[in-house]
Amino acid sequence: MTGPTGGQEVLARAVREHAGRLAASLVSLLGDFSAAEDLVQDAVETALRRWPVEGVPDRPDAWLFTVAKRRGLDVLRRESNYRAKLARLTWPDPAPRDDRLRLVFTCCHPALSRAAQIALTLRVVCGLSAAQIAAAFVVPESTVAQRITRAKRKIAEAGIPYRIPAEEELPQRLNEVLAVIYLLFNEGYLSSTAERAHALDLVEEAEWLAALLVNLMPKEPEAAGLLALIRLHRARGAARFDGRGRLVLLADQDRSSWDRDAIAEATALLTRTARAHRQPGPYQVQAAIVACHAEAGTFADTDWAQILVLYDMLLHLAPSPVARLHRAVALRHVTGPEAALTELAGLGHALERYPLYHATRAELLRDLGRADEARRADEQALRLTANPAQQALLEQRLGWD
Amino acid sequence: MKYVLMFIETEQYAKQLQDLDEPDRQAAYEAVTRWFAEHEGKITHHTHLAPVHTATTVRLDQGEPVVTDGPFVEGKEVVSGFAEIEVADLDEALRLARSWPACPIVEIRPVS
Repeated sequence: MTGPTGGQEVLARAVREHAGRLAASLVSLLGDFSAAEDLVQDAVETALRRWPVEGVPDRPDAWLFTVAKRRGLDVLRRESNYRAKLARLTWPDPAPRDDRLRLVFTCCHPALSRAAQIALTLRVVCGLSAAQIAAAFVVPESTVAQRITRAKRKIAEAGIPYRIPAEEELPQRLNEVLAVIYLLFNEGYLSSTAERAHALDLVEEAEWLAALLVNLMPKEPEAAGLLALIRLHRARGAARFDGRGRLVLLADQDRSSWDRDAIAEATALLTRTARAHRQPGPYQVQAAIVACHAEAGTFADTDWAQILVLYDMLLHLAPSPVARLHRAVALRHVTGPEAALTELAGLGHALERYPLYHATRAELLRDLGRADEARRADEQALRLTANPAQQALLEQRLGWD
Repeated sequence: MKYVLMFIETEQYAKQLQDLDEPDRQAAYEAVTRWFAEHEGKITHHTHLAPVHTATTVRLDQGEPVVTDGPFVEGKEVVSGFAEIEVADLDEALRLARSWPACPIVEIRPVS
C-alpha cells in the first residue's frame, strides 16, 4: 500500500501498461470497440477516486480488469448474451500478444483522419484521457472528445475491421502506425519545454508505443529504426534546455547529461537491425544520423562527412524539403557556409513558412559576415514560430532579452 | 456488410478517354467489363449513369419546388455510376475499390 501521491504514479504506470491490453481483451470478446473502451475509462476513473483513499492494490492490472468487468456486467445486464460472454472472461496472464497489435492497427486505419488516428491511439492504446490529449496538442478538450466519438462511430458504422491487416497490406498499414508514433514523438519533442515539463510527455508515450511495436513485430526493421530514433532523442533530452527553460543548441549542450546507457542501447538496436535485415528505411537512417551526433564526444568531434552521406541516403529514400534543409546544415560543416547557402536558395519556396529555414539561413549569413541579412532572417523565423523556447532563443540571438 | 461504391469522373479523365484511339478506348472499356465479371460474386447491383448534362435537380427547401438544369453540385468531379457490393468489412471494400480500373475517384459508403 502506498500513499496518495504514490497511488497516482502507480495508476499512471498501470494505465499505460495495461489500458491497451484491457481494451483489447474486452473488444475481442464483445466485438464492440466503443463499449470496451468506455469500460476501461470507467475503471481508470474509479481507480483515480479510490486508490488515493484506499491505497494501491497489490495487482493494479487485475484490479482494473475486475472493475471493468463488473461494470460491464452492470451495464449489459439486460443483454443476456453479452452477460454470459462477459462472465466467462478472465484476465489473460500474459495477454495474447496480437490483441494489442490489432487495437493499434484499428486505431490507425487509413479510413480515419490522421488527427483521429492520433487521438484514438492515445486514448485507447495508451489510456490517456481526452483532457490529457487536448493539453498535449493545445486544442480544446471538446475537439478531442468529438474526434474520438466520431472515429469510434465510423469504426462501428463503416465496418472498419478489428484485426491485423493481411500480409500483403501490412507494409502500407504499418507505415500508418509508424507515422502516428512519429508524429506523437515530433509533437512532444518540439513542444517540450521546461515550463511544460510536468505536462504530458508525448515523447515517452511515443517511445512506449514504438517499443510495444518492436516487441510485437520484431521482424520489421523500420519499427526498430523508429524506436532507436525516439530513444536517441530522449537520451539527449535533459541537455536541450537550460535552467531557465531556454533551448540549448547542440553545439552548446552539456554532453555529460546525456543518457549514455540509452544511447548505447539504441545504437546497438540499430546495428543489430541493419545487420539482420539490410533493408534501410527513413526511420533507420534518421536514427543513424542522430546516433552520429550522440556518439561524438564533443561537438568538434562530430563526423559530418558521415552525416552528409546519411542525408543523401535519406533524400534518396524519402525526399523532403526539410531533409534537404538538414543536409545543408551538414554541408556547412563539410564544405562551408557558402555551399550550404546555395543549397538553401532552392528551398525558399517550399519552406517559406518554416521557422528553422530562416533561422538556418541567419546562421549561414552570419558566418559569411552578412549581419543585416542575418538579422532579417532571424526576425522572419521569430514571426513564424509559436514555440516559446524557440522564440526565446531567437530573441536572445537578436539581443532582445 | 453492404456498401455502395460511387465512381467519380473528373474532367481530365473524361478528356483522356476522349483522346484515346479506338483500340485503346476499347481496351479501357474491356478492363471495366472484366472487373465486374471478376467480382461478380460480391457485386449485388451496378449501373452506369448517363452523362451529367442530362441531370435535373429539384430543390424542395425554398417554398415551391424549384427545378433546375444540371446536378445539385456543379463541379469538375461528378458521379458517373455506382455499384452495390456485399463484403465482410471496409478492408474488403477498399481492396475492391483499389482494383477499380477506370475513373480516378471511388467513394465508399456503407448502406445502412
